[in-house]
Amino acid sequence: MSENSRVRSQAKGSTLDMGILKRLIRFIVSSYKKEYAIIIVCLIISALATVSSSLFMRILIDTYITPLLQAVNPDYGPLAHALISLSCIFVLGLIANFIYQKLLVTVSQGTMEKLRKTLFSTMEKLPIRYFDTHAHGDIMSIYTNDIDTLRQVISQSIPQFLNSMFMVVAVFIAMLVISIPLTLITAVMVLVMQYVTRLIMAKSGKYFVLQQDDLGIENGYIEEMMEGAKVVKVFNYETEVISEFERINEGLFNSSFRANKYANILMPIVANLGNVSYVLCALLGGLASLSGVLSLSIGSLASFLALNRSFNQPLNQISQQLNAVIMAMAGAKRIFALMDEVPETDNGQVTLVNAEYTADGTLTETVRETGMWAWKHPHPEGGFDYVKLDGDVRFHDVSFSYDPGHEVLHDINIYAEPGQKIAFVGATGAGKTTITNLINRFYDIDQGSITYDGIDVKLIKKDDLRHSLAVVLQDTNLFSGTIEENIKYARPKATREEVVEAARCVNADSFIKHLDHGYDTQLSHSGSTLSQGQRQLLSIARAALANPPVLILDEATSSIDSRTEKLVQDGMDKLMEGRTTFVIAHRLSTIKNAHVIMVMDHGKIIERGNHESLMAKRGTYYQLYTGLIEND
Amino acid sequence: MIKRLLHELKEYKRASLLAPLCVCGEVIMELMIPFLMSYIIDRGVNAGDIEAIVKYGLMMLVCAFAALFFGAMSGHYSALAAAGFIKNVRDAMFKKIQTFSFANVDRFSTSGLVTRMMTDASNVQQAYQMIIRLGVRAPLILVVAIGMTLYINARLAVIFLIAMVFLAVVLSLITLKSYPLFQKTFQKYDDLNESVQENVGNIRVVKAYVKEEHEISRFDRAVENLKRMFTKAENILVFNSPVMTLTVNACMIALSWFGAQFVVSGQLATGELMSMFTYNMNILMSLMILSMIFVMLSMSLASAKRISEILVEQPTIANPDHPIMEVEDGSIQFRAVSFSYSDTAESEVLHSVDLSIASGETIGILGSTGSSKTTLTNLIPRLYDVSAGAVLVGNRDVREYDLRVLRDSVSVVLQKNVLFSGTIIENMRWGNDQATLEDIQAACKLACADEFIQQFPDKYETFIEQGGTNVSGGQKQRLCIARSLLKHPKVLILDDSTSAVDTRTDAQIRESFRTSLKETTTIIVSQRISSIEDADRILVMEDGRISSIGTHAELLKTSAIYQDVYETQKRGDEE
Repeated sequence: MSENSRVRSQAKGSTLDMGILKRLIRFIVSSYKKEYAIIIVCLIISALATVSSSLFMRILIDTYITPLLQAVNPDYGPLAHALISLSCIFVLGLIANFIYQKLLVTVSQGTMEKLRKTLFSTMEKLPIRYFDTHAHGDIMSIYTNDIDTLRQVISQSIPQFLNSMFMVVAVFIAMLVISIPLTLITAVMVLVMQYVTRLIMAKSGKYFVLQQDDLGIENGYIEEMMEGAKVVKVFNYETEVISEFERINEGLFNSSFRANKYANILMPIVANLGNVSYVLCALLGGLASLSGVLSLSIGSLASFLALNRSFNQPLNQISQQLNAVIMAMAGAKRIFALMDEVPETDNGQVTLVNAEYTADGTLTETVRETGMWAWKHPHPEGGFDYVKLDGDVRFHDVSFSYDPGHEVLHDINIYAEPGQKIAFVGATGAGKTTITNLINRFYDIDQGSITYDGIDVKLIKKDDLRHSLAVVLQDTNLFSGTIEENIKYARPKATREEVVEAARCVNADSFIKHLDHGYDTQLSHSGSTLSQGQRQLLSIARAALANPPVLILDEATSSIDSRTEKLVQDGMDKLMEGRTTFVIAHRLSTIKNAHVIMVMDHGKIIERGNHESLMAKRGTYYQLYTGLIEND
Repeated sequence: MIKRLLHELKEYKRASLLAPLCVCGEVIMELMIPFLMSYIIDRGVNAGDIEAIVKYGLMMLVCAFAALFFGAMSGHYSALAAAGFIKNVRDAMFKKIQTFSFANVDRFSTSGLVTRMMTDASNVQQAYQMIIRLGVRAPLILVVAIGMTLYINARLAVIFLIAMVFLAVVLSLITLKSYPLFQKTFQKYDDLNESVQENVGNIRVVKAYVKEEHEISRFDRAVENLKRMFTKAENILVFNSPVMTLTVNACMIALSWFGAQFVVSGQLATGELMSMFTYNMNILMSLMILSMIFVMLSMSLASAKRISEILVEQPTIANPDHPIMEVEDGSIQFRAVSFSYSDTAESEVLHSVDLSIASGETIGILGSTGSSKTTLTNLIPRLYDVSAGAVLVGNRDVREYDLRVLRDSVSVVLQKNVLFSGTIIENMRWGNDQATLEDIQAACKLACADEFIQQFPDKYETFIEQGGTNVSGGQKQRLCIARSLLKHPKVLILDDSTSAVDTRTDAQIRESFRTSLKETTTIIVSQRISSIEDADRILVMEDGRISSIGTHAELLKTSAIYQDVYETQKRGDEE
């Protein structure tokens, strides 16, 4: 879902999903029951303290000032007494205020921590299918937008909502006690204000959605023109591009101006309607008390007016915060949906262990790092078998579908002996990448079997299976951290010497040495300071250091800049030496020396053989190679 | 820096002045209300004068509605001024970026430019809107309300002054202490998001190397770190509300105590005491808002800085002072041309290239990947400037020409080419915006694009999606060639632009070039021998140097590289 449609769906879905809300509250409260109880008590105390300050004005004027005015020798003792008791109430309110603010920080930060940790650890254990079927931008947006709005709800909306509720109730009761008719006037004005607010909010909301759309359009246009900057220059199209931009920008101005205008005028209008309400109460209250219609002392009037002021603001808060909660529910729903995803399962029993040959030539397990590995195969009746890790991978009549009913691979048979290079060629969608997804069990096959050194991969523990394979993908795939940390990603215990050796072996050493901090250069933003080719070299070095017998290689294509292309190709060639390699080839010139080339079409292997035999055959490979049809 | 930005206000200066003026009106009207209130009490209720109550009551109503009007108008003008201001800023940025060379773009990075144009500009818009409204309102309330209290009772007003100083000191302490912490926290927060992004994008690597637990513990540490920093920052901010309440309460008690004595001794009227209570709230609230404004402003200052960096950037490739406005012919010379993408010598990709091409000649360029073929051709339309030596077109240094004139005469069909979202006709008009449908069709026929365009249901009105995703690679290349032909250039450069076209169509395109573009200097860069074997001369490039030049027949005899490539590509045919 795009940013725009997200905003729109939030704007539309203004009904409260009680199920999600309940779950959210349970999630928030579960670890902090005591804290929340204290927070509510403190909120009530703090609201009462605020109201009592308004009510005190009545006592001050009616009980102290007015009688004192008549007194010949005014005695301020009782007033001092009253002020001291008021101070006590204030101090109580102050303490309550401080405690709940402090607790809110603990509670909201703790909840955020729990939320983030749960989300991330759930996500890391999800099968690849999840990442293939969800747009990465949408997943990211859960961590940024959705969690952020939720943070607002937890740390602001909910406490303010509660605070305002208590305030409204307390103030309303106090007003009723002083004067029912004036309370009615206040209530009527509140209705007017609510009506006006809703009117303006609707307008503003409409234009905010439009503004969001226009921002998306403008963003898209800028990106498209940056992408095509060379073409713009080659065709001298700057003037046209600028005038088109100005047109789009004018559109954004229109919606942005209106959205902000309605948002801007809301506050002064509501605040001044509040003033009108205040003035009406003062005017009518004054007249009524003077004409004797109502028995209203000056102190009561003063108190009422103060209450009138503190009534409107929390009422606005309630509707505002309620809105915020509703908006956040859509995000909460997405958060819980991610938490409810089912993690990747694994029933594998076979593990990978360090091995050595005993004097009598049998293979046994050892704790030493021998550089030799073996599969440890447990028997159901106890005891183990050991099979040497060689890198012999076979597909037997493998069929596979991503969605049931849409088979994308049909009856695939592949025999890759240790050290052989198997290349896959064919058009986009022929199933090349899918095959590599099956070897390390990113996906499980529907029919047939895949064996690794004669063991069905389903029996192998996934982690150990993956330890025995290295991958080099065509996208960038580095992490923030130093170059060294990236290279030893698969073997964190490797020494600096081993890192440098691996890098040198695949041509990466020369460019790394020329960086300001060499192997300690900090990569940020997934290595965006490096060129595509340099990033590729690092991921080749990473695979080289991991040093497993089997390699899956998705050859990078056009995205590599011409400056490093050659280095990368050489590096890959060196990496492939002595390993069983599955390579997805985009450039046919690089795979001529493959032992077997598989030409794929619509999920089937339609030709197989080495370069010479396939050329002689004059079939699809020949056509691909001579450029008669497009390869991908 | 700020001055450079304000320069873009232009037609929105008026709105930028009206907004704060309206705010002044709003504040004055609003603050009159508590003052008139005291009259109602003292001259009306206490004096028993109904007329006075009605009179001052109506005046208050007028004030309230006037404040409402001014407030709404200030909202209107501030929105207009800010949105208009940022519209101009964005226009100026975009115009500036269009003059950037690739060296300029590299300095900011593409995504950096987009962020500056979108996010940073939006931040500045919000900040500007706030300055001309709340930024005026809060200090004004402070001044006017204090003035009112001084007018009513100067001795009581001292209470406010003390409270104000106290609150101002404490609030700025809190802000100053928490602000840098929050800055750091936001940095950490960005890092956290980046780490999520990396994990989502690189999930195959994470799983392939079985690093889930490692990533989880790394993320957990980052989350705990963030929580610690956030809690620390917020725990300082926590004092805001209690300090505010404390000050309000203390003022309340002091006012009650001294106020009562003043009333009793006749120095103050009851109503006046009430209005003092209201002003008390006004003053302290506006201090609170001021501290908020300060924080938000300093945040957007960084955005303003990033924007002005673009506006003051000097394009590294620009028109000369007295440019030549006509390209004589399509001849090209390279004189000892060296080139590197950056200043470090070891990354030099062209080494002292000398080359002379006659007008109307057809030149083929062959070379392995990374031999700098593309770089060589990009220097001709001055997409980059040479590091040393000179490139001449029509016997004049390319740096002497008007850029527009040069690029109109030299048409490059780029290796990594793009079509833009829009119909085929709209895309074609990039080459020549005056082109008629007939012109376009003629160019498309030359590029062998007409045949597949005619098969689209909408023909030439077919809509091309962004990035040209709804046509195949080969079709896209043919459309790009047609687009370049519409310019009727003196020099046409095809940079590997038929790589995805099947060999038969490729041959057809070359055939039509041979018959229809006799006058045009044509440079064809390719990895396929068949695409260049008919050229007048063929350059073989190796590691940024021209290793040999000659016709197909000559090179077959003299160039080992050429022979090698020929052998591997032809073997299939001969077998």
